[in-house]
Amino acid sequence: MIPLRYNIGSLWVRRTGTMMAVLGIGLTVSIVVTMMELVHGLESTFVDTGQEDNLIVIRQGGLNEVNSYFGRDVYPTVRFLPGIAKGADGEPLVVGEAIVIINHTRDNGQPSNMLVRGTSAMGFYLRPEVRIVEGRRFRPGLREVNVSRSLSNRFQNLKLGDSIRMSRSDWKVVGIFDAGGTAYDSELWASYEEICQDWDRAFYSSILLKAESAEAAESIRKRIADDQRIHLQAVPQRKYYQEQTSASVGIKGLGYFIAVVMGIGASFAAMNMMYGAVMSRSKEVATLRSLGFRRRHILASFMMESILVGLAGGILGCLLALPIHGVSTGTASFQSLSEILFNFRITPEILFKGLLFATLVGALGGFLPARRAARMRLMDIMKE
Amino acid sequence: MNELLIEMKNLSRVFRRDGVEIQVLRDINLRVFSSDFISLMGPSGSGKSTLLNIIAGIDRPSGGELRVLDADLISMNEDQLAGWRNRHVGFVFQHFNLIPVLTAFGNVELPLLLTPLSKKERREHVMTALNLVGLTDRADHYPRQLSGGQEQRVAIARAIVTDPTFILADEPTGDLDAESAEEVLKVLAGLNDQFQKTIVLVTHDPRAAAYAHIRHYLDKGVLIQKEHAPLSVT
Repeated sequence: MIPLRYNIGSLWVRRTGTMMAVLGIGLTVSIVVTMMELVHGLESTFVDTGQEDNLIVIRQGGLNEVNSYFGRDVYPTVRFLPGIAKGADGEPLVVGEAIVIINHTRDNGQPSNMLVRGTSAMGFYLRPEVRIVEGRRFRPGLREVNVSRSLSNRFQNLKLGDSIRMSRSDWKVVGIFDAGGTAYDSELWASYEEICQDWDRAFYSSILLKAESAEAAESIRKRIADDQRIHLQAVPQRKYYQEQTSASVGIKGLGYFIAVVMGIGASFAAMNMMYGAVMSRSKEVATLRSLGFRRRHILASFMMESILVGLAGGILGCLLALPIHGVSTGTASFQSLSEILFNFRITPEILFKGLLFATLVGALGGFLPARRAARMRLMDIMKE
Repeated sequence: MNELLIEMKNLSRVFRRDGVEIQVLRDINLRVFSSDFISLMGPSGSGKSTLLNIIAGIDRPSGGELRVLDADLISMNEDQLAGWRNRHVGFVFQHFNLIPVLTAFGNVELPLLLTPLSKKERREHVMTALNLVGLTDRADHYPRQLSGGQEQRVAIARAIVTDPTFILADEPTGDLDAESAEEVLKVLAGLNDQFQKTIVLVTHDPRAAAYAHIRHYLDKGVLIQKEHAPLSVT
């Protein structure tokens, strides 16, 4: 094989062209990696949400809590099903909740929808990932709300002590919570009873319950599905949120589209550089061939050189994308019709994919020039 | 009796350019034996380099017979020819053709990368070759850090490092001043004298040709004269 130091040395000799190609690929990779960070962050928001043995009960045929709606009369039927875990006080670990959507203004002046969850202390108990990090929990009867830190940072009048107009009342922000990057980080929580009062509706969107065990959860799920009177379905909480990841489908599709288009563009940058390299080194190709190196050696050597450029671009792109990790952003969910907040999340797998993408770009860009170098007729180059 | 390495019978080479046929070599009859040091002289365009390229399997004759080391080069494909060249041919070019980004050591090592030798064995071979051309102290120098004569000696080291059957030198002194040219020619002559290397030297320069034992003259693609000459360099 032609030694790698030959390629590295040649790249260094043509360093201006090399740097331009590396920069082009690097910028492309940084965008692709950022897109992957975004999609991963969005998907993780849903995938990481939920507790084992928790079941969400929603209307049969409903896709999620937002378009689920049922009367209060069915609540006792669910609450006393066998297999539901009980608290220290002997009461079943069940909470009925109402979801409403409000429109509010972001810090940047743009309006957006937000989810308001009417719940109770049991709602907090069944979701230990939701922790009050500033202030305290809301108290029923006082028109108080708890707001996620992400929403508080992103929307107007949602700081601790602020008041927000919802339905007919002004609600005071008395606590900020952190839901650990789960879907609840995109919600406001208030008293269930007050939500029903202000919205003039006595209903539930969902019931959250904790089963005694996985077997009990399956039994409860079957009982609810088989009960023709209540027309409800019970879904394991984790599965329920995993199925909400369709919010990322559009972004993912857009991301892949951008990756393909930019990848082709970056391949042309690499191709241009490599064609220049091949043309200026035809004498070296002739020398190598006359020493006994075969066409495939020449092809592999120039391909390797282009892949090296791609890899260098990949490393640069990953480094450029790293600072985005942890940055918070939001997008509209077509399922909940509200804003979902999430963080960009980078993982070793994403970095690996970024480098793989860069390698592919380098290989694609290098193939035609390398083939040209390998196909040069020794006789023709010798005459030059 | 020396072994017959190269035999050409009525060999011809015709180039076709823009529909016009150009006869570059015509009815060449040439025999080269092992340990020969022959020179091919003639004016520009006489076909010297074409003849050298045909011997090296870089170009193919249009007609006639050619046998080099009992191999039928005409029937070999490009990759087979490349492997054959690696085993049997050491090439020395007019413009040295060293790889600028590799050191003298790296350049000389190149042909050995196609052999099954270990790294240690390759190192020994490279240092031996550099020693033969008197450049062991320049092993770590890049071509740009060497004089023209030194560059050509590195190229000769590269040509002999695989211990090829013959060395083909195409105007090896064409880019050198008189002093450097003489150094290079003495190295080639030494390889022939001491190691019985078969050398085919293409040159314009009568002084260079004088180092050869047999001098062939080409004119308009025809071998017109052959001289057996003693080494008479002044």
